[in-house]
Formats: sequence, structure tokens, C-alpha cells
Amino acid sequence: MLSFSKTFQSKSKTITRRMFILSSLKIAIFVAIITRLFYLQISENIKWRTLSDKNRLREWKTVPQRGIIEDYFGTKIAKNTQVFQLHMIPEDVPNLEELFFKLSKIIDFDKRAKTNLIKRLKKRKPWETIIISDNLSWSEFSRLNLFLHEMQGIKPVVAVARKYLEDGSSSHIIGYVSEMSVKDLENSALLREINVPGLKTGKNGLEKSLNEEMIGQPGLQRFEVNAHGKRIKELKLIQGTAGKNYRTTLDIEVQKSASELLKDKSGSICIMDIYTGDLVAMVSSPTFDANKFVHGIASKDWQDLINNEKKPLINKSIAGLYPPASTIKPLVALSALENDVISPNTTTECRGEIELYGHKYHCWKEKGHGFMRLREAIKQSCDIYFYEVARRLGVDRLAVTANKFGLGNKVLDILSEELTGLVPSTKWKLKNIGKGWLLGETLLAGIGQGYFQVTPIQLCLMAAQLANGGHKIEPKIIYNEQALQPTIDASSKRFKQLYRNQENVKFVLDAQFGATNEPMGTSYGSRHVKSEYIFAGKTGTAQIRSITEEERELKLKQKDLPYKKRDHALFIAFAPYKNPRYAFSIVIEHGGSGSSNAAPIAKKIIKKVLDRDQLRKKYQTDLIQEI
Amino acid sequence: MIRQHFHRGNQSFRDKIFALDFLLIFFILLLGVISFFAMYSTEQGKLGYYTQSHLYRFFIFFILFIIVSFFRIKTWYKSAYLFYFAVLILLFAVDIFGVTASGSKRWISLFFINLQPSELMKIALIIFLARYYYKIPTENVTNLKYIITPFFAIFVPVLLVAEQPDLGTAVLILIGGLAVIWLTGFRIKLFLYSCFFLICLLPVGISFLKPYQKTRILSFFDPERDALGAGYQIIQSKIALGSGGIFGKGFLQGSQSYLDYLPEKHTDFIFTLFSEEFGFVGSTALLLVYVMIIYRITVIGRQSRNNFAKLYCFGFATAFSAYVAVNMSMVLGLLPIVGAPLPIMSYGGSSMLSVMIGLGFVMSCKIYQQEDVN
Repeated sequence: MLSFSKTFQSKSKTITRRMFILSSLKIAIFVAIITRLFYLQISENIKWRTLSDKNRLREWKTVPQRGIIEDYFGTKIAKNTQVFQLHMIPEDVPNLEELFFKLSKIIDFDKRAKTNLIKRLKKRKPWETIIISDNLSWSEFSRLNLFLHEMQGIKPVVAVARKYLEDGSSSHIIGYVSEMSVKDLENSALLREINVPGLKTGKNGLEKSLNEEMIGQPGLQRFEVNAHGKRIKELKLIQGTAGKNYRTTLDIEVQKSASELLKDKSGSICIMDIYTGDLVAMVSSPTFDANKFVHGIASKDWQDLINNEKKPLINKSIAGLYPPASTIKPLVALSALENDVISPNTTTECRGEIELYGHKYHCWKEKGHGFMRLREAIKQSCDIYFYEVARRLGVDRLAVTANKFGLGNKVLDILSEELTGLVPSTKWKLKNIGKGWLLGETLLAGIGQGYFQVTPIQLCLMAAQLANGGHKIEPKIIYNEQALQPTIDASSKRFKQLYRNQENVKFVLDAQFGATNEPMGTSYGSRHVKSEYIFAGKTGTAQIRSITEEERELKLKQKDLPYKKRDHALFIAFAPYKNPRYAFSIVIEHGGSGSSNAAPIAKKIIKKVLDRDQLRKKYQTDLIQEI
Repeated sequence: MIRQHFHRGNQSFRDKIFALDFLLIFFILLLGVISFFAMYSTEQGKLGYYTQSHLYRFFIFFILFIIVSFFRIKTWYKSAYLFYFAVLILLFAVDIFGVTASGSKRWISLFFINLQPSELMKIALIIFLARYYYKIPTENVTNLKYIITPFFAIFVPVLLVAEQPDLGTAVLILIGGLAVIWLTGFRIKLFLYSCFFLICLLPVGISFLKPYQKTRILSFFDPERDALGAGYQIIQSKIALGSGGIFGKGFLQGSQSYLDYLPEKHTDFIFTLFSEEFGFVGSTALLLVYVMIIYRITVIGRQSRNNFAKLYCFGFATAFSAYVAVNMSMVLGLLPIVGAPLPIMSYGGSSMLSVMIGLGFVMSCKIYQQEDVN
């Protein structure tokens, strides 16, 4: 019993001793835990707090208001308008099928829209808002609101979207906005920075060129979100800033009439203020409805546009290249006069054809014009006379004058689509074709054929710089408020002279007056009789292929030819003849002869522009007074 | 029969009431209150399902704890083997009829509750071994004859639980068992040898692990390896803890748990939630409450006259420390996430039941500290 008690006691001691060892171990472990707590919660606190905020806070950018584009008189060409959208929060919808059925009765929501929506739904979280329709009509919208109490989880929303003028007359200049593409993001650091879902970007025209200024600065919404990404509450809201607005020099009324005149034709009309360089109108035909692109163009509409042989998507005013044909004759004459190779009295006989350098060259008039002097030759557009002028002048001296007056260079430099065109010279040919210049090619250059390639806007600038007495102007499309004061005074020092002797310029202008207002003139049929509308101009008919001798014998009529082989009709003009203010260029692709197809259009548009001249001036002075 | 166990003895009922360890009861109740607020916070300040049922359970099990306390320690000594084998049978039953949830078979459906026998085994093994060693003299402990029984008594349930699979509970059962063996004066040398042997066996053991257990252990060593998968829990837990700072984000302000970033916030990660809201100061205070409970258990063990009570109390104190230490180390990123609840704080009936019964035995030791078991 005693021994048992002893063992019992010794065992008790062992247990207690072992317990102490264990307790020390426990204390050590708990101290380690407290140390760890201290390390995480106090030493590393900032690091973990940052991570916690990163978890907790999420920021959403809000779509900024895009700047608007106005015409000269304040008419909005591109604006932001209310659109009616239907949003849905899928998790709030008790029964999708039932909702879809009800929707199909109220709005345009067919089977295809339904399958499309279901497809999109699968890729999203149930609490993320999804857009069912982004362009509801007012009647659909109001009906939806009426039946809203019957449908849970949907929300009719008034949002902002880009809206262009319906007529499409300015679609080429303004361009359009559309969903951002990967390429857009690659090309622009700004877009990468401010990319917001739903933010549209300019795809071409001014919308593209001025995109970064017009797009605005997105706002910011900071939300607390849970682990599943659902927004719990809004913590902060910073309003975005709207993009910059632009006023253009365009007159939307003139744009519309010009577009109307070109309806069903393929071509361009450009109208420029000859002193300020303001583009009053620049129309390309056929045109398209830019609004279709904003919400994503339908496949059929897109196919129609790209398969149209008249190429509606191309801005022909700046990206269409044509031989200037006879419209260049006043410039050739000026160049020859300035270089003293001819005088107004230089006489040449036109017999309808001439043999030079072992080759036959024809005049447009088969029977010939007879003995011609310079003024008559411009007026009647005698080719034979200008072969002679070109022969004496040489292509390089012509190229210098042509470049000076605006051919072969970009005119606006604000629209990325603009092409340079081509003014041929011996140097150019050697460098680009690798062959020496042939003398015969000089003759073709003299009547604006051969290698010559110009855009309608270049022709318009040429006409303008001749019409203002031979002074350099800077064409522009964005109304620049610093240059508000128009300098109508031609002798002002602000203008750079392009001539050596202004008498030569005056002579050429007078010859154009003859061409339009005197019998035998090529555009006599399209003249205005009323004194305030009288204008001067020069026709041009651009051959797009060489005419074979055989065809010449057959006397093929233009309308008998297939569309693609017909001549381009061209016309340049300035008006009014006394105190001119506006220059015009009209190009009708495959339109036939300039005098019978381009000049009559010019007659109509010139009247329209001159009718609005007073208004335009008044608006300008009004503005000056405002400032 | 019950009367016999309850009233016979030389203490009056009054004496027994006074013999209760009120300090221990105070800390248990304090822990209960803290756990109520923590649970209330997991439900974003609503008296929801979890809070309510946690409260009911605490209330019921606290009464159970008092009832267990008033039974004589001798009664518990005698029924130790029975208790152990009953739980062992339940463990086998789990293996056969068990209810499977989230990939493991841990529960057995007992009409009104789903019982997790592995939790009960934590206590059953300790009391089993305490009784077994009670009669064995210290110098005989290392005899092979006396090693075999404890060896099987420990490893049968451990393997059964590990196979469910529930690595956390298996490890905690093992720690409880080893603690008792250690206390009996088992030779330190042999302990070290068997530890070495176990480490050698570790690669073999790993090959038996389920894939999800392996990824958990791997992600412990490098949580960023799979930040949204296996490493997610530990990263989010560290963010929550670390962002708590000194004083915490405030009650009901824990963004990590409130916004659902924190996983398992009712159960294994309840300490993280508490620590995010009450910071370093609150966490240390909570740890102190646990330390006080452990301290009181140890004191009761020391004051007990018989070695059965000593072995049991010290064993249970060690096991209880292990539950707290493993859970906290786990959420603090010191141990892999193995799934170990924090006693009383974590939501879970079986875990609380087991801890309360264990504490009830301790209290019984206290009331009858002058009695012998023979």
C-alpha cells in the first residue's frame, strides 16, 4: 500500500513536471501567434490595408459628352441626342421567357433579337446591366413605360447618342463615330487611357481628325463591390467634362442643295470663299446616312454601300482623282503669259488636228476653230492652241505655276482621307517612272490630260486663287475665330502674291467671263442673265482612255458607251463676276461633257450661294459685334 | 441510479455549487458572448439563422456542461472506455452511413442533428488514455506491452478521420492522444525516435492525401501560386487580418467579411473576422480569454488529488491549446488550411458539444477534486 502510494506520488510528480514542460511550449506558441498578429496588423498594416481597399473599391468611368459640330450659322450637323434604350438586370427578372414574350408584344423584339440576347446573357454576370435595345422609338418607349409595372427587372433609360443630319449631305466631311475597335486602341494612347464601355470613337472625317478634342474626359464613379463584383454602394462621383464643340465654315443649306443636285450622280461640288478660304460647301455623291454606323451598321446596308460602283463611302471631293482637262487652260495660259512665252495676241490656226513629233493630236472640235488668239482659245477651249502654248511653255514651267496655285498639294490637311494628286514634270517622271519625258506628253499636259491628277478641292482652290487676283489663301473647314475679320481687300499685305504681273491674271479671268457669257463660249448655255448672278467659268471634259482612230471615225456618242468608259464632266467657276467672292468646282464622274453636264449644275448652285451671300456676311458682322 | 452518482459523496449540493470554478465559468460565458457578436457580424448585423442557432446551441450545451460537471468524476472514470468505444462505433458508422458534404464524409444523421463523431473523438481519446494510464506505473509506460493498446487506440480513429477526409480533426485527435502519453512520463528519447520515424513516413503519408489536400498544403507554402483558387482563402484572410490594424475597422465594419471576400467566415475563419473588426488589441484580448481558460483547466488539474483527473485535465488543456493554436496559426498563414474550428467561437454543433463535454469533465474534476476514482 505504501509502495503503491509512493509510485502514485512519483507518478503525480512526473505528470506535473511534464505538464510544466508542455505549458512552456504552449506559452511559446501563443507568443509566436501574438508576434505574428503584431507583424501582420501593425508592421505590415499599410500593405494589407491597401490590398483590402483594392478588393473593396472599384471604379467605373462614365461616358463623356462628345463635342458637337455646327455649320456656319449654328445649325448642328453632328449633335448628341436623346435615345431611348431598354436596359435589363437579369437577376431581377423572375421569368425571362415570360418577359421576352411580353416584350415581343410591345417593342420590336423578334426571335433573332431574342437568341442574340440570350447569347450575350451567357457571357455576363446576372447583376450586370445588359442593353436589350439601344434605339427605341418614342412610341415604343412610351408603351413600355405604360406596361412597366407588369415587367420586373427592365428599365427604360434615356441615354445620349450621336445624331447626324438625316440628309447625309455632310456625311463625308463629318464622318461618323462607332464602337471602338482593337485597332483604334492600338493607335491612340488617349483612347487607351479613357476607354469606357459604350464610348464611341470617330472613324473618319472630322469625327476622326478632331476625335481627341471632341471626345471629352470621362467621369468617375467609385463603388464598393463585393467578392462577386456586385456594386454595393456608390462612394464617389466625379463628373466628366464634355468634349470641345466645333463650328465649321460650311453652309448646311448649300450643302443640301448641292447634294440634291448631285443626286443619282457620282461626283463632287466644292465651294470656297476666295478671300477667307472658308469652305462653304464640299459635297460628295452618292452619300450615305452616317447615323446607320452609330449603333452598328446592318450587314445588308454595309454590303450595299461597298458593292455600289459609285463608291458612296469615298469622299470624292478630296480623295477622288481626275484629270483636270480643259479647266486647267486658264492656268496654262497664265503660266505662259507670266513666263513671256506668248502674248494675248499670239495666233494659231486650228484645223481640228495637228501632227507633232510624228503623232496626230486632235481638237475636241473636229472641224477646227480656225485662227485663234488666246482669249478666244480659252473661251472656246481650243485644244490645238493649247498644244502650241504647252509646246512653247514646257511642262516644268507649267508644273511650277500649277503647284503655286494649289494643284499637287493637299488642300485641307485636316481630313486623313485627302489625296495629293499629281502635277507631272520631267523630274517626276524620271524619278517615278524611270523614263525620260516625251515631248508629246507636254502637249497632253497642256490640256490637262496625261499624267495630270487633281482632286475637286484642288480645282476649287485653283479657281479661287485665280479669282481673288492671284493671291494665296489658306482653305479651311473649321471656323477659326482668330481670323474672324475677313480681309476682303485684295491688296492687303496679308495675302501672298502668286503672280508676277496682275494684268495676266485679269486677262485670264476675263477670258473665263467670255467662256460663260459670250456666244461661242463653252458654258454660254449655262450663263445667268441677271446681273447679280453673272459668273465666269471654264468647262472641262476629261477623257479616261485614249480614243482610237476607229472610234473617232464612228463618232461614238457618250451615252452609247458603258458607264465606266464615259468622260468625266468638270467645271470651275467664280461668282459674282464683279467683286467675286466664291469659287466653285464641279466634277461629275462619267458624266459626259463639262459644258452640258457640269456647267448647268454650277448655274443652279451659284444662284443658291449668291442668294445666301448677304445672310452669310450679316452673320459674320453680327458675330463681330457680339465680340 | 443517477441519484446514486449525483448525491452520494460527502459534499452537500450547496458545497458542490460553491466548489464550481466560477472564473472558468465566467470566461466560458464571456467567450459565448464574444462568439455571439462575431456571429452577428458574419450576418452583416442581422439576427439571422447562424447567429440564432449558435446562440441556442451555446445555451443548450452550457446547460449540458453544468450537468456533466455535477456527475462524480468516478462515474466518468468508469464510463471512459464505454464513451470511447461508442464514439469509435459512430466513426465506423460514418464510414458506412455517413452524410457527405463538400467532398468529405464526416457527419452522421441522428434524426434531429447531424453529428460529427470525429469531434467527440477528440475528448473520448483523451479520457480513454487517461483511464488507461491511470493504473500503469511510470516506469512501465515504455514497456511494449503497454504501448500496443494506446497505439491502436490513437491510430484507429486518426486513420478513420483522416480518411473521411478531415486532416485537421485527425491531427487534433492525434495531438490530444500524444499529449496524454507525454504526460505519463513516456521516455523522451522514444518520443524523439517515433517523431523521426513519422517524418520518414511523411512522404508515404502524402501519397495517401486527396488532391485537394495536397493543393492546400502546397498553397500554404506559396499562396500566390494559385491566388484565386487554393491560395485564395489564405490571401484573403491575411488581407482581412492585416488591414485590421491596431484597433480594427470597428464592429460590423469589416469590409473583407462584409463584402464576402472572406471564405468560411462562420467557421474556420471566425477569428479573422473578429480580428479585422477589433484589430490587434481585440485579438490579443480574445487570445487572453483562451489562455485564461487553459490556465484554469491546468490549475484544476494540479489541484486534483487523483492522477486520472490530472492526466485528463492536462491532456485536455493541451488539446484545447492545440485547437486554438492550430486555428489561429492557420488563419494567420503559419500553418496550411486544414480545417480546424476555433473552440466555442466557430459555428458548428459537434465541435461545441465536444468542447463543452470536455469542459464538463474538467469541472467534474474540480467539484470532486478530493475524491479518488477507485
